Amino acid sequence: MGALQSAPGQPEYTDLAEKTGCPRFSPCVFSVSFEQIAVLHKRFKQLSHNEETLRRDHFEKIPDLACNPIRAQIIGAFFDKRNYRQNGEGSVEEIGFEEFLVVMSHFRPPSMHFTEEQREGIRREKLRFLFNMHDTDNDGTITLEEYRHVVEELLSRSGALGKETAKSIADAAMLEVASISMGHMEPDEFYEGITFEHFLKLLDGFEIESKMNIRFLNMDTATMCK
Amino acid sequence: MRCVRRAASPQGQYQSSAAASPDDSARPAGSGRSLPGRGLLLLTVLVLLEGTVFRLGAASTPDVSGHDTKDHHKATAIGHNSTKKAFPVLDLDYGHIQTPFEISLWVLLASLMKLGFHLIPRLSGIVPESCLLIVVGLLVGGLIKIAGEKVPPVLDSRLFFLCLLPPIILDAGYFLPIRPFMENLGTILIFAVVGTLWNAFFIGGLLYAVCQIQTGNSSELNGLGLLPCLLFGSIISAVDPVAVLAVFEEIHINELLHILVFGESLLNDAVTVVLYHLFEEYSGVGTVTVMDGFLGIISFLVVALGGVLVGAIYGILAAFTSRFTSHTRVIEPLFVFVYSYIAYLSAEMFHLSGIMALIACGAVMRPYVEANISHKSHTTIKYFLKMWSSVSETLIFIFLGVATVDGPHFWNWTFVTVTVILCLVARVIGVVGLTYIINKFRIVKLTTKDQFIIAYGGLRGAIAFSLGFLLKEDHFPERNMFLTAIITVIFFTVFVQGMTIKPLVELLAVKKKQEAKRSINEEIHTQFLDHLLTGIEDICGHYGHHHWKDKLNRFNKKYVKKCLIAGERSKEPQLIAFYHKMEMKQAIQLVESGGGVKMPSAMPSTVSMQNIQPKKLPPPKTVERALPQLPKGREEEIRKILRSNLQRTRQRLHSYNRHTLVADPYEDGFDKFILKKQKIIELENKIKEMNNYLTVPAAPTDSPTMSRARLASDPQAFSVKPDSDSVPIIQVDLASPQSPDTVNVMDEFRRADQEENQGLMMRCPRGPSEPKKSEDTEGARDQQKLMRCLSDPGPSADEDEDEPFLP
Repeated sequence: MGALQSAPGQPEYTDLAEKTGCPRFSPCVFSVSFEQIAVLHKRFKQLSHNEETLRRDHFEKIPDLACNPIRAQIIGAFFDKRNYRQNGEGSVEEIGFEEFLVVMSHFRPPSMHFTEEQREGIRREKLRFLFNMHDTDNDGTITLEEYRHVVEELLSRSGALGKETAKSIADAAMLEVASISMGHMEPDEFYEGITFEHFLKLLDGFEIESKMNIRFLNMDTATMCK
Repeated sequence: MRCVRRAASPQGQYQSSAAASPDDSARPAGSGRSLPGRGLLLLTVLVLLEGTVFRLGAASTPDVSGHDTKDHHKATAIGHNSTKKAFPVLDLDYGHIQTPFEISLWVLLASLMKLGFHLIPRLSGIVPESCLLIVVGLLVGGLIKIAGEKVPPVLDSRLFFLCLLPPIILDAGYFLPIRPFMENLGTILIFAVVGTLWNAFFIGGLLYAVCQIQTGNSSELNGLGLLPCLLFGSIISAVDPVAVLAVFEEIHINELLHILVFGESLLNDAVTVVLYHLFEEYSGVGTVTVMDGFLGIISFLVVALGGVLVGAIYGILAAFTSRFTSHTRVIEPLFVFVYSYIAYLSAEMFHLSGIMALIACGAVMRPYVEANISHKSHTTIKYFLKMWSSVSETLIFIFLGVATVDGPHFWNWTFVTVTVILCLVARVIGVVGLTYIINKFRIVKLTTKDQFIIAYGGLRGAIAFSLGFLLKEDHFPERNMFLTAIITVIFFTVFVQGMTIKPLVELLAVKKKQEAKRSINEEIHTQFLDHLLTGIEDICGHYGHHHWKDKLNRFNKKYVKKCLIAGERSKEPQLIAFYHKMEMKQAIQLVESGGGVKMPSAMPSTVSMQNIQPKKLPPPKTVERALPQLPKGREEEIRKILRSNLQRTRQRLHSYNRHTLVADPYEDGFDKFILKKQKIIELENKIKEMNNYLTVPAAPTDSPTMSRARLASDPQAFSVKPDSDSVPIIQVDLASPQSPDTVNVMDEFRRADQEENQGLMMRCPRGPSEPKKSEDTEGARDQQKLMRCLSDPGPSADEDEDEPFLP
């Protein structure tokens, strides 16, 4: 990695920009631009107190994050190897800027010039990110337990009330998934959990590609073509 | 503002009313037959309307007072057989009822027309309703004119702005999809403000230029100054919400485009109001200084923000009021309407933007009001708003047609043609240019197709006409020419664009609205994503959209909701609220379907809880999933429905022989159920699981009889009258789909008696008076409770297809 304090446009960033820009399944039409990398790098330094790596406790110190109900999952996503595009598994203890950037790049907005195929690629990528956040034990399915955990986290700011309802909400949601993806089931059959395919099907009308974006990553999207 | 009145010529009107009244009563029956039949009806209506003036109700009081003495006679005369002079047995006093009668006739005409269009197969698929209504208006106006009478000034600006417009705007504001609206607010504002300004100045300026060039031949255009041109431009440039709604509701375009065009049409009101007043003010003077322009900008801010502020204040007041209405549920809906209307009037009083006030009022009050009021009140509000707005809309289009025939027209080919062309050109340039700028800031870019639809959807409508109508002829000698041009533009946009937009949407394959209902999973992920994006923004250290939204939400939850929402629901997170709504809806659907015939659509399959429950811990699910999760109030609500409609009735039936029911009139469908026996057994299992899922202890499935009865009869029937003192207890017929609460209260009081009563009750033929059954053992205490219960019937099984529950 090395010191990355150099100005935008420097060759140090080019490598990173390529890594974060190209989704595995689509040609490189769009990526995080140099300016954005520079801004993010500045923020990275600020968070890590000018160290090379970020640890969980760095994230936990972000004041605005403190009242986010799904804080643990968000932080977890940054340390999850599955989100690094390297087909890794498990989690790491500390991340460098590259990993930070790769995770961030999941929140890029889609470009207007995308073909239908590329759009689908972006969509899968974003949904995979969400899926990985839910699928904590990395077995390819979101089980009922895991889903309950998600909803519980989501409602964790609303006190006892939320905790109690969370379970039934998750059950209802799971029931819905099962009925959408399986159709008919015999009473003795068992639905193990949501696979990624079911997950895709489930959020078919959700238009994730136009929702899971951060305006921050929207500056000058065309800089890094090629 | 003007309100033209005319002294009624009594003789002729008596004649026509007498002739028409028998036909009038027959009209509803014949309304749906065929075109000639409807034409006849139309004639009848025309005879009635002939030579009459449509006025505001308030204006007619002096007229009525003249007939007061006659009324006294009439009251005493009936029933006596006496000489003609002493007591006229039958007296005609049309003037007495004229105004309300004519209003009713217009409304009736409008409603029948609307009804008729949907009865003609395929017609409503080709031609938008608004076009048909204008044609009807043209016909009506033409017939009035042929009859040689003065055409009533139906689209009087006063009537339009005070009576016809508010319901439509309130409907739009109250049911405004807040989320997409707020997400696209920037775009909408740019289109509404900059776009409208651009249109006004472009059209006005170029019109002036054309008028200057044309000096040679057409003398009328010679005297046209710059300011009248700009005034005309500002009138004609605003996209009309009524026309847009009428057309866009029919083409089912995707949410983004809909909210962009519709939002623009709503928010450009402030611009139009300011430009209109500004140019009207200065066209007399003839010059505008920079200072005036500056004042205009300030005035715009005042008008727009003032309107929003007035609306928000009344919205909060309405929400606060609704906090205390839990004991008088019946007037709950009224608060919503009255506060909104007062907001509108207050804003109009100061020449603020009434439309923006209404929008703000509706949008602000809705989340709180909905949490406070009962489900029945919510349904009432929804239906009333929809009814009013659709009648208003219909009337507006009909009146537009009538006014076209009526108006003193001055047709100038150059002026009209240039106006129409400029309107189109300005719109296209405006949209394309603004989109180019906006796209630099938008995450989701507007494609070329989107731009086309936005430009093409810029329909003009009755607001422009009314504003033109308001111009005073002595200030603006060109008023008639303006009106003609405005009407032409309206007709062009509504007919040409309105009729072709649907095929064009199909042709371009613009994304349509997704009809799918919001599922619980989508709601979970919406929430999840909100928090995720907020979190990521925080990590980036970037205070963006999500960050502030999160802050606002937290503020709302912490302070505002506590003040404005009564009871525990104020603490309910959105997801839980959504879940409860969904849960209740399914409970209602389940009840409605009688627990067997059709399953709620959200659960189309046979998957049940035991399929997804981890195998390790199968049995305790009923126990652990039972009721403690729900807050008390909601739990009761859901429980009531289920208990009264499923469990109780089932228990009753189970305690007694099915075969005694064969004589029951509701038993007709029994055979079918025997045929479906296999299915029912299967469903029984499912119901068990459904109940489980609905967090109510499992109950066996409904009997076929019950479901039959419930399906066959009108769920709205509410025949219990708690006013007879001699019968303190009202026994509700169990087979009738009474309000669940009503049944429920009875259950609570007389569990012991039930078992004996059932057989009898089930056999009762149902009639309006039948459900009353006297019970001597119970006292006035129960009566009281029952009364209260009836005043707030609570949720009932009258859910409809368009999911009023879900936001």
